[in-house]
Amino acid sequence: MTDLNIVALVSIGAHPASGRARRAEQDARAVELGLRLAGKRLRVLHAGNPREEALRSYLGMGLDELAVLEQPAGADALPALADYLADAGAQLVLTGSQAETGEGSGMLPFLLAERLGWPLVVGLAEVEKVEDGSAQVLQALPRGQRRRLRVRLPFVASVDSAAPGARQSAFGPARRGRIEAHEVAVVEDPLLAASPLQPARPRPKRLKVIKAKTGAERMKAATAKAAGGTGQVLKDVSPQAGAEAIFKLLLDEGVLR
Amino acid sequence: MSEIIRRDPRAEWIARNRLHPLHAALQSQNQTVWIGPNGIVRKNPHAIAAGFIGPAGIKRIDRSGAQQGTGTRRSASVEVQLPLHVVEQPAYYVAVVPDMVGGRLSSHDKDLLGLARRLAGSEGAVLAVVFGEHKESAFDSAGVDRLLLLDGEQYQGYAPEQRVLALRAVDNQFAPRHWLLPDSRTGGGELGRRLAASLGERPATRVWQAEGERCVGRAGAGQQDIQRPLARLILAAAECAEPVSETRHEARPVELAWQVARNLPRIEDLGPVAVDPAQIPMAEAEFILSGGNGVKDWELFHRAASALGATEGASRVAVDDGHMPRSRQVGATGTWVTARVYLAVGISGAIQHLQGIGACDKVVAVNLDPGCDMIKRADLSVIGDSSAILQALIERVAAWRQEGRRDAA
Repeated sequence: MTDLNIVALVSIGAHPASGRARRAEQDARAVELGLRLAGKRLRVLHAGNPREEALRSYLGMGLDELAVLEQPAGADALPALADYLADAGAQLVLTGSQAETGEGSGMLPFLLAERLGWPLVVGLAEVEKVEDGSAQVLQALPRGQRRRLRVRLPFVASVDSAAPGARQSAFGPARRGRIEAHEVAVVEDPLLAASPLQPARPRPKRLKVIKAKTGAERMKAATAKAAGGTGQVLKDVSPQAGAEAIFKLLLDEGVLR
Repeated sequence: MSEIIRRDPRAEWIARNRLHPLHAALQSQNQTVWIGPNGIVRKNPHAIAAGFIGPAGIKRIDRSGAQQGTGTRRSASVEVQLPLHVVEQPAYYVAVVPDMVGGRLSSHDKDLLGLARRLAGSEGAVLAVVFGEHKESAFDSAGVDRLLLLDGEQYQGYAPEQRVLALRAVDNQFAPRHWLLPDSRTGGGELGRRLAASLGERPATRVWQAEGERCVGRAGAGQQDIQRPLARLILAAAECAEPVSETRHEARPVELAWQVARNLPRIEDLGPVAVDPAQIPMAEAEFILSGGNGVKDWELFHRAASALGATEGASRVAVDDGHMPRSRQVGATGTWVTARVYLAVGISGAIQHLQGIGACDKVVAVNLDPGCDMIKRADLSVIGDSSAILQALIERVAAWRQEGRRDAA
């Protein structure tokens, strides 16, 4: 645990099947990471409706209070959050990488970092140590790989599904926690007014287009078996020669490290 | 080579005409009819009965000898040269920043270039911005009109802020009408959002369809769509458009007019971290060593996995026999894997197993049976005893590691 000053930004999620309001998956992971780093001193911030019941499930993770910048639905959260964070004295701001409701463009951490002038780490998996005003962190890459980065404090970090899973929310603490609402100026978002959200249309399946000039080619394309059988087969070779061929392929593909 | 058999009537005519000067050259080696020393016509009935392959690909026997001389099949070479699309003075640019995973254009990149090509029309040019070294040789058929290579040690490793600076320089010089980036986890999604924040553009994200002046993208957790005017900066999902397939393009190299300023990096890359391959979820592991019924020495198999740094997998038989845990099973009833390299040892390739490895790039098989289905699927197969080959492979990799250490020292 470090004595970092951490703020986690949370939003309201939607259950993937029923669409009911819940704590957002990635934001809950951000809160979990913050709780592991700062314990009870973690501050959690939300921009939206303070009377939303789903907010209480964040409190149930072991928080005493949660600050809410009161805004109507569809308002732009960025100016309010940036103003609040500029005076909050935070050294690390944790967010999820994408909202589960609304546009969900995943731009918020980037815009926030740009506006505050802080560096941004995408896909934070772990904070290893903090020393001399910089933090050494692990970044999650696709395919379970990790990269070590050193980044100057203060910084913004977004968390994706590679971060540690969120703890369960307990009912009692969720009821006892305080939700503190702040008045902020409301800025409308022009996009959502002009282009409303629609239920997702299933994407058309990509068709296999055969561009054949002659009938014989079309016939061949229609009757051909799936490509394959072009592999190299090494028969009657010594184990050493076989191993050498496999080793060469592994090296060419760059999977040996 | 086309499979169509082409007759050469002139060659046939020459072969029939004994007085033609080229007659001798067109006689097939095993002559069936000739005039003997006493002026008697001699025939070789065996050679005639052996027949020849006729124009329809069916064996024919022609006892008259008229079809001789057509033994050499001529077939027109079919080197299809796609028409070259040249944009001499582009009215505007559409800039694309492909991901280039492994130094090559991925299918996502090609879809994106297809979309860029459509947005560019006949007046505009598609400008591809590629960072660092690449191994791609097919930029021309992927639809790239102008190619900007940004190479240098400042772009090596993880340098998103430096790359954004370079893209801003591109934005200043070429003023592209659209910026297109893949909305992927392999870098494009992050770079595109950083660029959007830096340029102050509002991007259209997760776009899966762009037609005319509108584009449709997924919103929220993928349960909603948002339809909006075509943005200047588009982060497109995979399969957003058909890749370019009917034209060739110049891929003419262009350069930046000014040197890109170097910023003091606020994020320092300390390099990749060794990850325990057993901890990587099998569905997203990059390199899997999988064992089946043909593996006799499981101790050796585990040693091979740790020597290669591979995630372990198993076929259903190996799991049922208790050699591997159920969570390691690959196939229709186990995990569907997406490894780039899948090394199957002693797995014959039941259809359920082959379904599970359908998304793998390169498959290597080690098996005793040269006729099994896994070998038909594999890119490289070695027929032999799995224990001996695994042992040799461990030794080879150990020698390579040793060499690397000596080079580094």
